[in-house]
Amino acid sequence: MADTENTYEVAVIGAGPAGLAAASEAAAGGAHTVLIDAAGQFGGQYWRHADEQSSSEDPAVWHHGWKTYTGLASAVDDAISAGKLQYLPASHVIAAEAGSPFSLSIAPVPESQPEHQGLTQIRAHTVVLCPGAYDRQLPVPGWTLPGVMAAGGIQAFIKTQGISPGQRVVLGGTGPFLLSAAASVLQAGAEVAAICESSDLTGWVPRGVSAALVPSKGKEGAEYIALLARHRVPYFRRRAVVAIHGDQRATAVSTARLNRDGKALPGTERIIEDVDLVGLGWGFVPQSELVVQLGAQMFRDADGSLVAEVDKDQQSSVPGLYLAGEITGVAGATAAVAEGRIAGRQVAGLRGGGRPPRSSADIKDRVLRRNHRLFAQAMHRAHPLPQQWPEWLTDETVICRCEEVPWQKTKEAIDSLSAEEPRGLKGATRIGMGWCQGRMCGQAADCLASSDSADVAQAVARRGPAIPVSLRALAGESGRESS
Amino acid sequence: MTAGEFRTVTVTVDGRRVTTEAGRTVAATLMLAEDRLHWRETRFAGKGRGLFCGIGVCFDCLVTVDGQPSLRACLVQVAEGMSIETEPMDG
Ligand SMILES: Cc1cc2nc3c(=O)[nH]c(=O)nc-3n(C[C@H](O)[C@@H](O)[C@H](O)COP(=O)(O)OP(=O)(O)OC[C@H]3O[C@@H](n4cnc5c(N)ncnc54)[C@H](O)[C@@H]3O)c2cc1C
Ligand code: FES
Repeated sequence: MADTENTYEVAVIGAGPAGLAAASEAAAGGAHTVLIDAAGQFGGQYWRHADEQSSSEDPAVWHHGWKTYTGLASAVDDAISAGKLQYLPASHVIAAEAGSPFSLSIAPVPESQPEHQGLTQIRAHTVVLCPGAYDRQLPVPGWTLPGVMAAGGIQAFIKTQGISPGQRVVLGGTGPFLLSAAASVLQAGAEVAAICESSDLTGWVPRGVSAALVPSKGKEGAEYIALLARHRVPYFRRRAVVAIHGDQRATAVSTARLNRDGKALPGTERIIEDVDLVGLGWGFVPQSELVVQLGAQMFRDADGSLVAEVDKDQQSSVPGLYLAGEITGVAGATAAVAEGRIAGRQVAGLRGGGRPPRSSADIKDRVLRRNHRLFAQAMHRAHPLPQQWPEWLTDETVICRCEEVPWQKTKEAIDSLSAEEPRGLKGATRIGMGWCQGRMCGQAADCLASSDSADVAQAVARRGPAIPVSLRALAGESGRESS
Repeated sequence: MTAGEFRTVTVTVDGRRVTTEAGRTVAATLMLAEDRLHWRETRFAGKGRGLFCGIGVCFDCLVTVDGQPSLRACLVQVAEGMSIETEPMDG
């Protein structure tokens, strides 16, 4: 059933908060819309939930803003039933080409659709790209041990499986997301032995005004803090997990107090024993590869992430390409929904060449977007990456998990090859050339390079297909392979 | 705590029959029913790997499912009769 001829007015990529909002507005505005998502069901990261086919548990217990989700999901479901919207779950957009129309190559996700092979091509006059983000990581000795996970991965596990992947957990990194992960661990009945926040949080103080702009975030934060206090969870500022210990699995961590630059202060090291799960999270990295492929203008945001530039209507520098959610700057689910709605209304309203009317709902979303963006900027400034994190490494510390490149070899390459930009490092060490294509070690490679420019980060993000696809899928383009 | 009812599903892990809950991922099944934190060995150092990113981006959690190699265990949902093979079963 290769939909070779299929052309849509609007293609929305991603069914997380931003994509669901964009798709529901585009379809409500009458646009012939397709919603493409790699996951098997709606929700994205924030509203990731148990398999709807087999679970009877109410997902609401694990979520904030679940009512917003059910509202959006039923609007999209209604549009599907009414024949206004086509939904392609478990479908990964692996390549995109700008033009009028845009052309998208879609591969079935083999984990959910093992019986399908081959690419499908679709065309769309406008694209709303909402690909979200993944956890940002910094290598630390022992981070490859089983029992060490991305903080978001722990959150995702709990939200889908209803149980914590570990019973005594240490969380380390930076940003308010650590609190939300800790709250889920507690709610799942496990213990949080410590939270190590690398920032001293003083960065928030002069910008207290921004927090007041987003009462929902304030309320969510207050709930977490109350829960952590009730469970007497030790919360340390300006302290980091600087090593993880264990033989076959993580069993203990070393934490240390950091100086202003992020160096571990001698004599401040403490060991936390009897740990069975360590969660690491240093913010999020927006999934930029399709933006890079499409050639849209990007810049470095306050958190150092490479993000896409958009105008007030969420349009990128590529005409007809709209972007919403974390890809325009990591700012959380509420901002993602507001941006998705603005983009969806815009692309539907522009059909026929007119100007979309400004509704009061649209004006409200624009205010929400502004406030959450301001808040996010303050958050990023208050949670910088510790600059001297490489000081925590030992020669054996693995930098690139896939290619198992140790710090020793990385250092040598940096010194001898003037490989101070990630592409050079890649060639010299194979850093970032494995299965994950630099998604786990990309931040490290980026920090180790001396340049701050967006060009460098963009070179790192210039990957092949947006996910490794099997050769069979590539070979069997727009059809099944007969084997 | 979980009042919700669930259906059980029987799969095989390296030939052994394992009962788990419907809706579990393969990764969660290996962790919860088998108490395993790793099920793959790295190519060079032969170190164990299991779940890391939990959302399909790191490729640490690869398994063979129903004969199809290199699938991400964090993304595959268990199904009745599914055959799961971990490393180093498959050289
Ligand atoms: C693991 C994880 C857990 C998180 N948990 C929380 C949390 O509990 N609380 C919180 O406040 N924030 C959380 N976040 C932060 C998250 O970024 C949210 O702010 C929010 O989900 C962002 O919404 P979004 O719509 O921009 O993207 P997402 O929710 O990430 O949705 C993007 C969707 O696009 C799909 N996609 C991406 N690329 C493609 C492609 N090429 N083809 C097809 N589909 C594609 C993805 O599969 C996903 O379904 C989490 C992030 C991660 C990585
Ligand atoms: S845990 Fe990262 S891909 Fe499965």
